[in-house]
Amino acid sequence: MDTYQQTIFKLKSYWAERGCVIQEPYDVEVGAGTMCPETFLRVLDAKPYRVAYVQPSRRPADGRYGENPNRLYKHSQLQVILKPSPDDILEQYLASLEAIGIDLSKHDIKFEEDNWESPTLGAWGIGWQVMLDGLEITQFTYFQQCGGVDLELVPAEITYGLERLAAFLQNRESVYDIRWTPEFSYADVRLAEERQFSVYNFEMADIGTLWQLFELHEKECSRLLEAYKKYPDRQRFPLLPTYDQVLKCSNLFNLLDARGAISVTERVGVIGRVRKLAVGTAQAWLHQQTAANGEAA
Amino acid sequence: MPGLPFLLEVGSEEIPDWMIGPALEHLSAEVNKLLAPLGGRVSRAEATPRRLAIFGADVMPRQADSEEIVSGPPKAAPAGAVQGFARKMGVAVEALEVVATAKGEYYSVRRQVTGAAAGEMLAAALPGVITGIPWPKTMYWNMADRRKSPRFIRPIRWLVALLGDEVVPFEIAGVRAGDVTRGHRVMGRAAVAVTIGDYEERLRENGVVLAAADRERRIVAGIGGTRVKKDAALLHTLTHITEFPATITGEFDRAYLALPEEVLVTVMRHHQKYFAVENEDGSLAPAFVAVMNTAGDPEGLVRHGNERVLRARFNDARFFWEVDQKRPLGDRVEDLRNVTFQAKLGSYYAKTERNVALVRELGGDENAQRAALLAKTDLTCEMVKEFTELQGQVGGRYAAAQGEPEAVWRAIYDQYRPASMEDAMPATVEGELVSLADRVDTLRGCFGIGLIPTGSKDPFALRRAAQGVVRILVEGSVDLGMEALTGGDDALREFFLDRVRYYFRDVRGYPYDEVNAVLGAGWSNLKDVGHRLAALHAVRAGENFEPLAVSFKRIKNMLKQAGVSEGGVIEEGLLEAGPEAELHGAYVRVKGRLSASYTDSLGEIATLRPAVDLFFDKVRVDTKDEAVRRNRLTLLFVLLTEFSAIADFSEIVTQQQ
Repeated sequence: MDTYQQTIFKLKSYWAERGCVIQEPYDVEVGAGTMCPETFLRVLDAKPYRVAYVQPSRRPADGRYGENPNRLYKHSQLQVILKPSPDDILEQYLASLEAIGIDLSKHDIKFEEDNWESPTLGAWGIGWQVMLDGLEITQFTYFQQCGGVDLELVPAEITYGLERLAAFLQNRESVYDIRWTPEFSYADVRLAEERQFSVYNFEMADIGTLWQLFELHEKECSRLLEAYKKYPDRQRFPLLPTYDQVLKCSNLFNLLDARGAISVTERVGVIGRVRKLAVGTAQAWLHQQTAANGEAA
Repeated sequence: MPGLPFLLEVGSEEIPDWMIGPALEHLSAEVNKLLAPLGGRVSRAEATPRRLAIFGADVMPRQADSEEIVSGPPKAAPAGAVQGFARKMGVAVEALEVVATAKGEYYSVRRQVTGAAAGEMLAAALPGVITGIPWPKTMYWNMADRRKSPRFIRPIRWLVALLGDEVVPFEIAGVRAGDVTRGHRVMGRAAVAVTIGDYEERLRENGVVLAAADRERRIVAGIGGTRVKKDAALLHTLTHITEFPATITGEFDRAYLALPEEVLVTVMRHHQKYFAVENEDGSLAPAFVAVMNTAGDPEGLVRHGNERVLRARFNDARFFWEVDQKRPLGDRVEDLRNVTFQAKLGSYYAKTERNVALVRELGGDENAQRAALLAKTDLTCEMVKEFTELQGQVGGRYAAAQGEPEAVWRAIYDQYRPASMEDAMPATVEGELVSLADRVDTLRGCFGIGLIPTGSKDPFALRRAAQGVVRILVEGSVDLGMEALTGGDDALREFFLDRVRYYFRDVRGYPYDEVNAVLGAGWSNLKDVGHRLAALHAVRAGENFEPLAVSFKRIKNMLKQAGVSEGGVIEEGLLEAGPEAELHGAYVRVKGRLSASYTDSLGEIATLRPAVDLFFDKVRVDTKDEAVRRNRLTLLFVLLTEFSAIADFSEIVTQQQ
């Protein structure tokens, strides 16, 4: 039986063999691998790209103090982006399951409609949730739009839920019982983090401070987006740091939400504010990339 | 000569189950239109999640030859123009003939047109037909130029198109039509050469049951003697998300049966697509039937996996239940201040206050008011955040667990009933009142701020809300007038009238003219409308009824022409002996016999017919004696009004018109 990390190694090797850059996790808090610049910004232009990376994804509201066997404040996704999507992408995906030891002839696999949409990112796509013996193990999406922009090359996004997959492969009732290595369990590595962040997110995060931080990052992002318009040498303009500000805002929004600090009425408005930043950055980024191509040509 | 068979298979990645039926129907109809000029027709249409297959029969190899007449210059044209036309058409001037048309006479050429080859015609038309399938949501996929990319529900990965033994050559998005299909993703080969004759058999060998009916039969047979909760929608879904369905039965720990049945069933049915299993007495058994997309589960791995997932889901539900019980519903009313109902209509707290007041106004007792007060609090519970479709039911179960009286918790439980025309009604009068008040408040509020449904736009589902109100008023036990509900809002009144019509016509099946006739006599109480309609419908078949309706219409027109809009006293002294006096006598007699029974009363009214007929036959209303004329009109007016309280007979459409 493979350990958690062996499963991850195998998936990474599998996609490395298929031409993917194996990236490391992005170092700013995100709610999903999709939000990393390696996905969100990379898919925007018309340059082919292939990348795979593990992304710890923070969802403050899903925290359960480490007491629920299947819900986590922070879970890990293995995110794969193939741009453009190859014609045999689903066959490649199924083969990746075989590669981590799932004998498909002994299991039941179904592709059930599940279209993805992120109002905060101005993004949507069409796809499925992949069900293995009744367990959702993967989100598969053909991106159509990101940051409000119609994509030139349609990427396939494959998002494996690593804890679920590992619990399945190791036949564990609780994610905390997953063997990370022969010596250490998932609980050994992560339980304290789940507990402490649940306490912070639900009970102790200072709402006033979070709002202040949100507004500071929002302001910085808006300032940069404004500056981009007038900046003489656009190629060297720091849009990647600008995008970090968007991610900060998004995470702070999630924290405020988990803390119960955003009423349903306010919610739509705050989502709109983050969306404005995300869409603004995406469009500036696309502009910067296209200008660079134009100069090269 | 018998025609050729035809086969089209559009191979795609997994199509959402609910879209397959309409898409297949559309494709089949369009292909039928293509085959018709070739003498052919669609003989069968089948689909799996990955393929839409159309079979055709009797297709002629080419279209029949035909004759075409090309018109040239008019007969009066100068010789040069005529010669020019003949040259252009490649014939001698002498070969031209003059053909008379509606517009005049023209030099013309008759030409034989060779019919196009069927394969060419189909190859030219099929790409447009296939990409023209209207899907609810489409995508483009990887193409050099996305602006030229076709849109489809999911990427098209292969195409089979055969006319007899020949491939119909065309291409969509880089995929060429051929004679190679694909088998089941796991059980079949990736490339399977087929002919029209062996197509279905080859698919079967490769793990694909082509016909939905066969797949459904496999599922039903798999369920066999196991008592599952009947669920036609789920069966349909499972039939259309599998290419080779097979069932497995799994079990779960009895301890979970302590959770509300609704939660367990929702997890199984909606989240996991399992059939829930029942005991003999209809109670839930700790078992389920799942449908796989593969032949079997020899090692029990699929069963084990599904049981494990269900356990995790049930554990979640138990966690929510326990967390939610820490704060009783009564404590959560205040929390509703933070839950928005609608931006301009305020929070659910404000709505709750209005609902409670309305329940009181409609005569609801303390229990009904208590239920209205607690009704929306489950929106703040974790269970409802997870299982939104169970709002109301969760609140009801919680209220019961927290010791609220049955009249209260049932009303909370039933607050969204009836959700449709088929759905169950609230079980109690308290439930009816809470349901009514909630909907009426929503309707009044939305109409008040101009959110009135137009055409297909009805984001707040106001039609459904109003439909529920109508159904409760007619079928429920509360007896309330419309006025109490619509307030003075005319637009809302009109909106309700539409729903009332829809209910009696489309749901209850009454002919539209009967509905109009009864509504024309008033609809302030819908139960009463229901009774009057039933009576009218019962007597309509009688021989006197329709002729009388014709006469009533005549009376109505006559009164309108004469400008009579109010009654008066009939002066018996002015009545002419004979038909006029007899009509009056009949009027007095029938009036005396009207009773509380609408059917009896309508039967009595129908007996007026001979007297009315005779009157119109023998008596002229327009007479020179003004007093007599006026008296006659008064008689007719009184007759019409007295006997139109059950139904306005002039609305009845009769064959004599």
